Amino acid sequence: MLVNRKLVLAHFWLAFAVFGLALFLGAWQMFVRSPLYTWISDPEWYYRSLTAHGTVMGYVFPTLVAMGFGYAISESALKQPLVGVRWAWAGFWLIVVGAVMAMVPVALGRASVLYTFYPPLIGSVFYYIGVVLVVVGSWIWVALMSVNLRVWRREHPGEPVPLAMFANVAGSYLWAWTAVGAALELLLQIIPVALGWRTTIDAGLARVFFSWTLHAIVYFWLMPTYIAYYTIVPRAIGGRLYSDTMGRIAFILFLVVAMPIGIHHTFADPQVGAGFKFIHSAFTALVALPTLLTVFTICASVEIAARLRGGRGPFGWIGALPWDNPIMLAVAFSFVLLGFGGAGGLINMSYQLDTTIHNTQWITGHFHLIFGGAIVIMYFAIAYDLWPHLTGRALPDLRLVRAQLWLWFVGMIVTTFPWHWVGILGMPRRMAYYDYSDPAISPQAFSVTLSVIGAFVLLISGLLFLYILATAHRQPAADAGAYRFSVPVHPVHTVPLALNSFAIWVALMIGLTVTNYAYPILTLAARSDTSVPAVYVGAQ
Amino acid sequence: MSARELFTFRNPYFSAGVGLAAGLFVLTALGGFIVLPYAQKELKFAGLWDAICSAAGVPQRSASVPTAKVGPRLSEAVLTPTMLARPGQESIGRGATLAQRCAICHGPTGISRADSPNLAGQYASVIYKELLDFRSGARSNAVMSPFAVDLKDQDMADLAAYYAYLPRLPAYHPTPQLPRPRIVIYGAPVRGIAPCGSCHGSLDNKTGSPWLEGQSEAYLKAQLQAFASGRRTNDISQQMRNIARAMTPQEIDEAAAYYASQPTEIVKSTD
Ligand code: HEM
Ligand SMILES: [Cu+2]
Repeated sequence: MLVNRKLVLAHFWLAFAVFGLALFLGAWQMFVRSPLYTWISDPEWYYRSLTAHGTVMGYVFPTLVAMGFGYAISESALKQPLVGVRWAWAGFWLIVVGAVMAMVPVALGRASVLYTFYPPLIGSVFYYIGVVLVVVGSWIWVALMSVNLRVWRREHPGEPVPLAMFANVAGSYLWAWTAVGAALELLLQIIPVALGWRTTIDAGLARVFFSWTLHAIVYFWLMPTYIAYYTIVPRAIGGRLYSDTMGRIAFILFLVVAMPIGIHHTFADPQVGAGFKFIHSAFTALVALPTLLTVFTICASVEIAARLRGGRGPFGWIGALPWDNPIMLAVAFSFVLLGFGGAGGLINMSYQLDTTIHNTQWITGHFHLIFGGAIVIMYFAIAYDLWPHLTGRALPDLRLVRAQLWLWFVGMIVTTFPWHWVGILGMPRRMAYYDYSDPAISPQAFSVTLSVIGAFVLLISGLLFLYILATAHRQPAADAGAYRFSVPVHPVHTVPLALNSFAIWVALMIGLTVTNYAYPILTLAARSDTSVPAVYVGAQ
Repeated sequence: MSARELFTFRNPYFSAGVGLAAGLFVLTALGGFIVLPYAQKELKFAGLWDAICSAAGVPQRSASVPTAKVGPRLSEAVLTPTMLARPGQESIGRGATLAQRCAICHGPTGISRADSPNLAGQYASVIYKELLDFRSGARSNAVMSPFAVDLKDQDMADLAAYYAYLPRLPAYHPTPQLPRPRIVIYGAPVRGIAPCGSCHGSLDNKTGSPWLEGQSEAYLKAQLQAFASGRRTNDISQQMRNIARAMTPQEIDEAAAYYASQPTEIVKSTD
């Protein structure tokens, strides 16, 4: 039951439109800092573009996808029209206003501070307020997901919450709490300085606040993808979900352990004690658990689908899978990218190995592989899967869809593998210019050039994606039926209360945040000698 | 749903969740705060509490670490971007009176005829900081240091306000404008050198960095060499020493000649 299709479509279209624009910026950045181009003469343009690219790709795009998908899940999993539609639109418009308000100063060169804010760099206050509005808009969504679940529960006391909605609400709670770190940084530290009320800022404390957001935001980006693994993939390829309980446990684990680990982003920072770095590093290892559970469960579910289609043998079943089905293709690509990205992640999370790749191109290679690759390719899959239900029309041409997914997959590998490689060789990230005539990095010119080729393949794929979605609106009407989620092998009749509700897990999430963050934050906040003068950008 | 049903150790999910989380926390805390500090042989602790504090990041001076060795005096100036903004007429006027002493080297209009820096229209924060550093000894010069020793903070602020207020005039002996050398445009990223303009004004101005256009070539060159050799040490966090050390003598010559040949009109204003 999808009643408010316009609402969902508005979120998706805005998400994909800004994604398309940011994709151009990404490809441009790749190109101008490669050996194929001489030099833009003014690094400021590069950082302007980078701030826009990062802000859109990191905040605006994934948030809108999570929201749009969340509304669709709420209606179709709970089979009840969305409660609070006006609020939902208000949240949407807050995001529109916030995104415009943030992007205008960035375009004018008044806020080239990068999406991680980088204090003591301080840009135009409108940039930060714009970001805050985007977050506030998304908090409305969080509240609505909670309200809708409550309304449903009142009418279905004791019934198991459908897995899709359970996961969706878990993701929204995770986001609500993880966004608090950056919100505190913005409201208590950065915005007062940007307004000129203060001229110094504790950059170390700001980095700790930001790390509170930065790790778990990754899991917020990931949520729609994981929800799609569990609740779309098995259905779309004609199989069953291997275990509903496993899904619940995985999402609960994300909720609990994604938060208290963010200090792994400050391994190289002197203001955080080594003891806390170790605790966060150890907890980071735990976060592999829900992903491993997921990989196992989804592989098992896919195998069920294959065997239902007559697949045999220990590996022979793989051939029996519906490889011409775009969702099948997408999930296979996503898993391959996730596998490589996960392996790289093991290096990032270990306190010692991290030092070799800290702040190098390895990092950007890594998160493009995981985020731009494994996660975003499933955003594509979600859009393809939902589109016929949202537009009431079939997708134009599945061959085009498959080509688009192939291009993204190949493009992502061609872009990110050399990207990792130059990082291992020590090429720093976030630099606008590299002197490839210098013998120290001239051997890397070839790898960087390969990345540029990959970037253009990605750009073509992204534009093809937009083209497919746009032309789908002009197809003849076709009824796609009700939107459904996958059914588990063993029908779920009852679920233990703990796996059907969030109270324990939210309490644990907050509790672990307190144990792992309170001391570093409070001691830094209490000291009077940790602030440095702000550096205003674009103030000339 | 009742909270009492959930939040009780009779609920296996609750006890497992809380038990595992607490257990892991305790275990990792033991590892991070006790085992690992002691595993590092080069660290010496007065006791267990000392080890824990050190791992928690409490700033402390351990007894075994010798006190910081005496090096060159470093700049103690703390500049914030708004510190000298919008000076009053009175401040500028006082500065003008005080500046009469400076005119012998820096010129009556703030344009030097003696290879001293031109001060007319220089950023106020720059003049203020250099005076502070001359007074504290972080920067020293046989001619300049004696002038700074008696200045009070307010005098320095007034002088800075006055010189910042003066119009930027052409250099005393303008030379034909040279093309921009490679080192100025690109810096040298592999050697950690940013383009000069990213601090010195043509791309962006970082508080405390002077604009350089039309300054004396001999002066610019001498300063770069002093930074490179470590004779001048008042750049905060070695920002300029790190750059000058990595520059080749030829690059120093090119950069000095280039900036000396530039007209002051191209300097961007800041406020
Ligand atoms: C055509 C495809 C893309 C290309 C060529 C590309 C390229 C780049 C480049 C060159 C950077 C700057 C790295 C640096 O300076 O160190 C960057 C940063 C970034 N990209 Fe992409 N990108 C692409 C797609 C994506 C996608 C799909 C996402 C996520 C949805 C994404 C998210 C980000 C983020 C969050 C940053 C960090 C910005 C920062 O470091 O401040 N990018 N990208
Ligand atoms: Cu992280």
